[in-house]
Amino acid sequence: MQRIINDPDHIVDEMLKGYLKAHSDIVAPTGNPRVVMRADMPGDKVGLVTGGGSGHKPGFIGYVGQNMCDAVAVGEIFSSPTAAAFLDAFRAVNCGKGVACLYGNYSGDNMNVKMAIKMAKKEGIDVKTVVANDDVPSAPKDEREKRRGVAGEILMWKAAGAKAAQGASLDDVIAIAQKAIDSTRSVGIGITPCTLPAVGHPNFEIKDGTMEVGIGHHGEPGIEVCPLEPAAQIAKRMVDIVLPDYPFTAGDEVVVLVSGLGATPVMELYVLYDEIDNLLGARGIKTHRAYVGNYFTSLDMMGATLTVMKLDSELKALIDEPCYAMGLKQI
Amino acid sequence: MAGIKNADGKSVLLKMAAAIQENKAYLSEVDGLIGDGDHGVNMNKGFTMFAERIQDDTLTFTEGLDTLGTLLFTEIGGSMGPIYGTLFMDMAGAGGDSDVIDTGTLAAMLRAGLDGLYDVVEARPGDKTLVDTLVPALEALEDAKDKGMDFTAALECMKAAAAEGRDATVDMVAKYGRSSRLGERSRGVLDAGAASCCILLTAMAEGMQVLAEN
Repeated sequence: MQRIINDPDHIVDEMLKGYLKAHSDIVAPTGNPRVVMRADMPGDKVGLVTGGGSGHKPGFIGYVGQNMCDAVAVGEIFSSPTAAAFLDAFRAVNCGKGVACLYGNYSGDNMNVKMAIKMAKKEGIDVKTVVANDDVPSAPKDEREKRRGVAGEILMWKAAGAKAAQGASLDDVIAIAQKAIDSTRSVGIGITPCTLPAVGHPNFEIKDGTMEVGIGHHGEPGIEVCPLEPAAQIAKRMVDIVLPDYPFTAGDEVVVLVSGLGATPVMELYVLYDEIDNLLGARGIKTHRAYVGNYFTSLDMMGATLTVMKLDSELKALIDEPCYAMGLKQI
Repeated sequence: MAGIKNADGKSVLLKMAAAIQENKAYLSEVDGLIGDGDHGVNMNKGFTMFAERIQDDTLTFTEGLDTLGTLLFTEIGGSMGPIYGTLFMDMAGAGGDSDVIDTGTLAAMLRAGLDGLYDVVEARPGDKTLVDTLVPALEALEDAKDKGMDFTAALECMKAAAAEGRDATVDMVAKYGRSSRLGERSRGVLDAGAASCCILLTAMAEGMQVLAEN
């Protein structure tokens, strides 16, 4: 393992120091070293909080900013933030209009958020949640509530962040976040494993010449291991998993997000995107907006995720709103 | 002696911390098979912080358990924070100011810890989680108490039951937690939480046995 680190056990705290320095125009520290909030938090809106484990840069922290999330609870690598961090994040952004906590569907996050909400309630902070579950291969369709939240969370934050910025009520922000994630499906393909710096070697295996279809953001096994294929076939596999599940059909307008998993060169993501767009076009699905890059990663894993969101006029307007966060800057 | 003095229990807690430190790599490896491989890292971080923090303090077993539970809950997070945090805090609450921790006290503490855990998690025996280690260990201890077994022998039964419980998770299909999404693919390997729970209960029992024999 060759890494640019000091003590691997302190990597998250050291990363946060650098992040806060580099992006002081967007984010500010709080009293809790594991909570980062907007530098320019308005005083009269629903607060938007998310949180999760580290190692997904720009995942989570990179989506704090104007018209996006207001605060984030930061956990250890691949590990949920504490209940205390979620609670402090709620406190930091609560302006009296309540807090929307929009996060992924991982057991640690579920437990810590649940406990933080219990504590927030005692302080009179109204917190409502939407749990993202866009990762198609992580559970069958009739058990959608068990699915993981992956890169689709970014589109959920984008829509809900824009809605909250317009002065919407907590219930309206929650409703749009739910609608956003209900309209979104994702799939991931991993072609190399990733290494936790404190562990020093990969904790799972993807054999050379193979790929894991349906892999999770922490290397959770997928649904199938098969020989590595050219980008055109990978794109077809991904599209064939994502499209029928919603289902997305001819005439639909969609947002497409292709994210690298960390170590795949960005140029390859564009090769993949081109193939995906061709396949969508052939099925009469129109891409209204595309995001291609490292939006939600898994340390140094190679591979990519595809996220597709179906737009109606409301979601389209919200997705098109400007935003300014480190991970997503849109004019 | 039929138990240990609560006031002497700091060495037991340090033994538990040392056991986690020694098994950091093993736990991450087990977790890596069907989870994300961070269990050893996070457990080690929490227990190392705990051992450092109580180094110069004089505290009883139950006070130390409460400190440990609070630390895991407020500073470590993950799944482990709320799970072990709740378990240890509720165990400490049930043990309270007891002067002596004997088989009955320890069983009551573990029972309270399990009850607290059941409020937080939906997992029950058979779901391939640490509950599969904890429940048989607790039941063995309660059974030993009913039979009027000697403290050291009771702890021996608890250790054996914990190990059996842990090993039983190999053949289970995960129904709760991160590995539950794997369905049948989760069969054939240990559950990392069941493994760490066994390490902790074993170290606790051994630490108490050393005290009880001296």
